[in-house]
Amino acid sequence: MSKLYSGAEIVFKCLEDQNVEFIFGYPGGAVLPIYDELKNFNSVKHILVRHEQGAGHAAEGYARSSGKPGVLLVTSGPGATNAVTALTDAYMDSVPLVCISGQVPTHLIGTDAFQECDTTGITRPCTKHNWLVKDVKDLEKIIHKAFEVATTGRPGPVLVDIPKDVQFQKTSYTKFKKQKSLNGKVNNKFSQKDIDELIKLMSKASKPIFYTGGGVINSGPKASELLRELVNTTGFPITSTLQGLGSYPGEDSQFLGMLGMHGSYEANNAMHDCDLMINIGARFDDRITGKIDEFSPKSKKVHIDIDPSSINKNVKVDLPIVGDVSEVITSTIKTIKKVKPNFAKSNKQQISKWWQQIQKWRSINSFDFVNSTETIKPQYAVQRLYELTKNKDTYITTEVGQHQMWAAQHYKFDKPNRWMTSGGLGTMGYGLPAAVGVQVAHPNKLVIDIAGEASVLMTMQEMSTAVQYSLPIKIFILNNEYMGMVRQWQELLHDKNYSESYTAALPDFVKLAEAYGCVGIRAETPGELDDKIIEMINTDRPVIFDCRVDKQENCFPMIPSGKPHNQMLLGPKDQKENKITGKGKTLV
Amino acid sequence: MVKAKSAYSIPGKQGKLDTHIIVVWVDNEAGVLARVVGLFSGRGYNIESLAVAEIDPKLNISRITIVTTGTPQVIEQIKLQLKKLVPVHKVADFKREDKKVIFKEMALFKIVGNQSKKDKALKACKKYNAIILDKSNKSYVIQITALRREIDLMSKNLKKFGLVSVSRTGAVAMTRGAEIFK
Repeated sequence: MSKLYSGAEIVFKCLEDQNVEFIFGYPGGAVLPIYDELKNFNSVKHILVRHEQGAGHAAEGYARSSGKPGVLLVTSGPGATNAVTALTDAYMDSVPLVCISGQVPTHLIGTDAFQECDTTGITRPCTKHNWLVKDVKDLEKIIHKAFEVATTGRPGPVLVDIPKDVQFQKTSYTKFKKQKSLNGKVNNKFSQKDIDELIKLMSKASKPIFYTGGGVINSGPKASELLRELVNTTGFPITSTLQGLGSYPGEDSQFLGMLGMHGSYEANNAMHDCDLMINIGARFDDRITGKIDEFSPKSKKVHIDIDPSSINKNVKVDLPIVGDVSEVITSTIKTIKKVKPNFAKSNKQQISKWWQQIQKWRSINSFDFVNSTETIKPQYAVQRLYELTKNKDTYITTEVGQHQMWAAQHYKFDKPNRWMTSGGLGTMGYGLPAAVGVQVAHPNKLVIDIAGEASVLMTMQEMSTAVQYSLPIKIFILNNEYMGMVRQWQELLHDKNYSESYTAALPDFVKLAEAYGCVGIRAETPGELDDKIIEMINTDRPVIFDCRVDKQENCFPMIPSGKPHNQMLLGPKDQKENKITGKGKTLV
Repeated sequence: MVKAKSAYSIPGKQGKLDTHIIVVWVDNEAGVLARVVGLFSGRGYNIESLAVAEIDPKLNISRITIVTTGTPQVIEQIKLQLKKLVPVHKVADFKREDKKVIFKEMALFKIVGNQSKKDKALKACKKYNAIILDKSNKSYVIQITALRREIDLMSKNLKKFGLVSVSRTGAVAMTRGAEIFK
């Protein structure tokens, strides 16, 4: 008879078979048997966080920077509910996570036992799938299935809830073999006809644009390489969503910058006026489209996506192509080479006027700002950070708000998986724990969280995690003492009634850093900024960098509420009076 | 320039609402109905009626029949979102008007009154496959199977004959002829 293993052992056997190196977690009563086994499985290293939300975001940072699924281990009740924000965040941004949660023993389920909650009920809408394991014999199958669901198709979070008695029960374990036939939820059904149609549209277009998103990154590093080849082959302009940054080099001349609410003038105008829009792995989010009725009215739209339910959800498209980005681009390039070997040349004339128009928009220089010699402008701080770190293969995470948009505008990425930000859910407090996860995956790389002082305080406790595991993350806080984006909206939309958006009694971040046992650096003038940033980079320990920036600065350009897509609000240099009136005020 | 009212949150042009019957084959496991129903409520879709039962105990398959209304775009989304659920095997969709499909609902009526009223009630139900399930001196329990609107009508008309209680199911559906749902 084969050896019998406890449920807790099976958890680790499965993690080993899935080649999991790190799990992020926090112990508690209902997962103690699993924690008890940790010592017997050396290939799995546990990172002890300070809050389960931190475990989730760290696992997200790990997953997004490494391309592997992130794993977290939490206890029942509050452990599971604390992880819900991170699971929802991962669901919105398509990050593969496997969350293993403890549950009260099966005979206590439903009795309102201590630290009991309906974990599978609570997490049902924020996971791709979840399981309550009632029999240890199912455990192995379920965990492997969980990894499969999380990582295939459009990736996302899953949860496996394991009652404590199941963790003690014993059963046999059969070594896992990766199955070739998948769960039938993977869609890669595009045909050559679709590709031919796409190429027909491409060769007819005189005002084309590529609009790419996080799907390119999720499709793996190869997809980014293929995208570059496709863009070079066609000579078309390309813009990217917030999540797609890095899939195409940020400094390339064909790149128009990020699009959307705080995207570049040229990208948004090109999206509005184009006659062919090729969406690759993006999802027509409302921050991109603005008012749907007036979104890119004259264009034929192509949508390449692995998730069929993304197609025609927000915007009706003319040519849907359901498939994995790298496979679709591979066939597209192959077909172009066969049918039109000198596509770029033959097409150059046809789209030259389009490029002239784009250059005109570009000359507006919409990310520009009025710099100062007295106060540090936040945009300037990000620019300097970029200039001083761009040759170091730096990984950037962010929190949510103005600093996030400035980071997206002014920090240029030329590789995928270097940019981790909470786009869909917009979770303040994401960046610090995400940086922990990124640093775990890449111990020798420079990892910086471009943060706001309000966001970062939401998960500040994870500095303790960084110190415990000697993870030299850099928390670069653009400190304006306001919830900047809230303040900006109040200024523009609520008659400057700054209701509760100012944080009085902020901590002294330098002293806070010291209290955590890391290094605190403060910069207050533009003159000292470079030296301080260099000092931060050269510190081989976790750093909290308190960058005191202009308190009044707003994030421009902006598509304000009440305006169609092609009428952006530009920065203070823009003379046009663009007031938001009436109904627009009530809307987000 | 046309003054746009808003860039966000303004619903686009509302298309015509159609009534559809969505049939879903799922693994009969704990929580599966909650997944399906949660998808509808979470995304703001409508459920007019719902019928669910296991149809294959060997393969553990349940069949869920949902009557819903929505624009063509919403109906398309419902189908695609349902197909993404892990325990869902297949999804079929029919318009209410579809002549190739039979839709039936069942209703139980409790009639309380004298013999004449009870007889009149029974007579009114005759064309809907009426069956008397229970009778006493003062009451009948009558079962009918019919379309939704017919049952609606009957529940209204039977009031005058002493209808005191109605219990009814959601619609179930089956294709006519030798064909089966794909």
